Amino acid sequence: MSNILEIKNLTKRFGDFTAVKDVNFTVKDGGFFSILGSSGCGKSTLLRIIAGFETETEGEVFIRGESMKGIPPERRPVNIVFQHLALFPMMNVRENVAFGLKRLKLSKTEIDSRVNEMLGRVGLDGYEKKDVKALSGGQRQRVAIARSLVMKPSILLLDEPLGALDRKLREHMKVELKLLQREIGTTFIYITHDQSEALVMSDEIAVMHEGHFEQIDTPRNLYKNPKTAFVAGFVGDSNRFELKKSENGKLLTAKGWKINKKSYKGTATVLYIRPEALIINPSSDLVDVEIFDITIKTILFDGSNTKLATIVTGTTEELLISLPQNAEFDGLEEGQKLQVGIHCDDLKCY
Amino acid sequence: MQATNTKKPFNITFYLLIIPVLLWLVFLIVLPHLDLLISSFKIENNNGDMVFSFDNYLAFFKEKIYWLTFVKTASYAISVTVLAFVITFPIAFYLTKVIPKKNAAFFILLLLIPLWVGELVTVYGWMVLLGDNGIINHALMTIGIIDKPINMLYTNFSMILGLLYMSMLFMVVPVMSTLESLDDSLIEAASDLGASKWTIFRTIIIPYSMPGIVSGAIIVFMLVIGDYLAPNILGGKSSLWFTEQIYNKFLTTFNWNEGAAFGFLLLMLSSGIIWLALKLSGQKLDKVGS
Repeated sequence: MSNILEIKNLTKRFGDFTAVKDVNFTVKDGGFFSILGSSGCGKSTLLRIIAGFETETEGEVFIRGESMKGIPPERRPVNIVFQHLALFPMMNVRENVAFGLKRLKLSKTEIDSRVNEMLGRVGLDGYEKKDVKALSGGQRQRVAIARSLVMKPSILLLDEPLGALDRKLREHMKVELKLLQREIGTTFIYITHDQSEALVMSDEIAVMHEGHFEQIDTPRNLYKNPKTAFVAGFVGDSNRFELKKSENGKLLTAKGWKINKKSYKGTATVLYIRPEALIINPSSDLVDVEIFDITIKTILFDGSNTKLATIVTGTTEELLISLPQNAEFDGLEEGQKLQVGIHCDDLKCY
Repeated sequence: MQATNTKKPFNITFYLLIIPVLLWLVFLIVLPHLDLLISSFKIENNNGDMVFSFDNYLAFFKEKIYWLTFVKTASYAISVTVLAFVITFPIAFYLTKVIPKKNAAFFILLLLIPLWVGELVTVYGWMVLLGDNGIINHALMTIGIIDKPINMLYTNFSMILGLLYMSMLFMVVPVMSTLESLDDSLIEAASDLGASKWTIFRTIIIPYSMPGIVSGAIIVFMLVIGDYLAPNILGGKSSLWFTEQIYNKFLTTFNWNEGAAFGFLLLMLSSGIIWLALKLSGQKLDKVGS
């Protein structure tokens, strides 16, 4: 697959503030690419530069190999789904979706057929005459996506479009968006602060922090092998431990937890452990697994996401452990001692 | 409305609050208009008694000068309304969408200054500017662009200028309030979908601000069509404004009954024009008023 979007050394400064710092990346044609970052990390600015609403201070944006320098938003082959959707309130569903096509001076029959086809795609048949203000959140969402997709853009940019929906609907739209993208094959660039949205939908995710990219990877790699401490802490849940220098060259946390199976190398200062990486009651024949004792402080019941808040025995380090919801662990109680194991590869030091 | 919904049979607060409104409506609006309506249907017969008749209204249609005056008044009022929109819309757009909010407040205050000094003073101000020996003619003659003063005062031109100046602000305010609620991302979305600046203006900004434009237009139109000072002072003898005809009925010929009929005709005809404008623009009065 060829690259549909290429960003080279992109920097954007607002006065003294640098919103985007020397960002480089490429997006494959037909891919679902997410940019994940907390609010204020510069991800929206980056999206607005691609769409042409902001001008880059340095660097260049190429779409299908063509430089976008000086090309205004209305002439770029990208369309954007805005955070608050920006549906035109004085128009009905059909007029909203047909707005862009009318600007192309297409014949009425062609506009009608494209609008109807697109409304069918997003499941809004029969809603043509409805006032956009009378639609539900999910339907408005689909109108906004249809309005952009009907233009057949090279890239569809989505600026946290699910942010305003309630949780149930958001979960539903996540799956729907992913399926829609697969079906029509348009490249999606999706901006979000919600890691679950990014992990579920994307082929590739870029984690953005203070204007630069920390890591660009597949969702699985990003989760399994975070390259930086920021990514490890930002994507998924993690136990975080400060490290200090130990005498025997083994890992030692600030509050005195010694890990014998892993040696301390280089200049790492923090250790991250995923709650689900911990094995409760490990069998003793496992290789490369550090086995230690913990005391259960409290059980945080949350359905499939239930966790044990524990203390590593002999230290004051607190450790969260995911608790599988099967009958085996139903009898656990506060204050109980348990043996826990962790594979050395799951001890992530930075 | 609220009171009928509540279970309590006597909601004291509600009645206390509604009394001033009712007093106002009944004594200052309904009763005077009823009195005006009744007197507009009365004429003096040969015995000097007041009898019921349509003659006061028929006079308007029989005498060409009356309805010609009305047609002129209405068409000029419409023109002034359109001009007020054309001139103030860019101002309203600039104040709400272009400059920072804190500067906008200062400029709005500046715009309000003419209202503080009163219409009479501003009208005399225009006389000082536009007269044959006025500032503009004097300046143009001094530079040598003209050698005879241009006749500007006591013309339709000076009248329109005066009417515009006193009414324009009432267009700015409602238009600004609708523009303020216009989300910038609507403009960006339109431009993203390939719309040029002119198309965005035509298909997004204007339709969006239509309620504000129409409510501004109603205020301006009503102020202009019912104005007396600017046409009378700046328009001179040729101004032929309908309010001047009413004034003449009351104070020159002392025919109060015909004056009342003319007053009512002005009310009906201008309401008719507004109704027609609302129909044509597809706006509803309740939406415009909010």
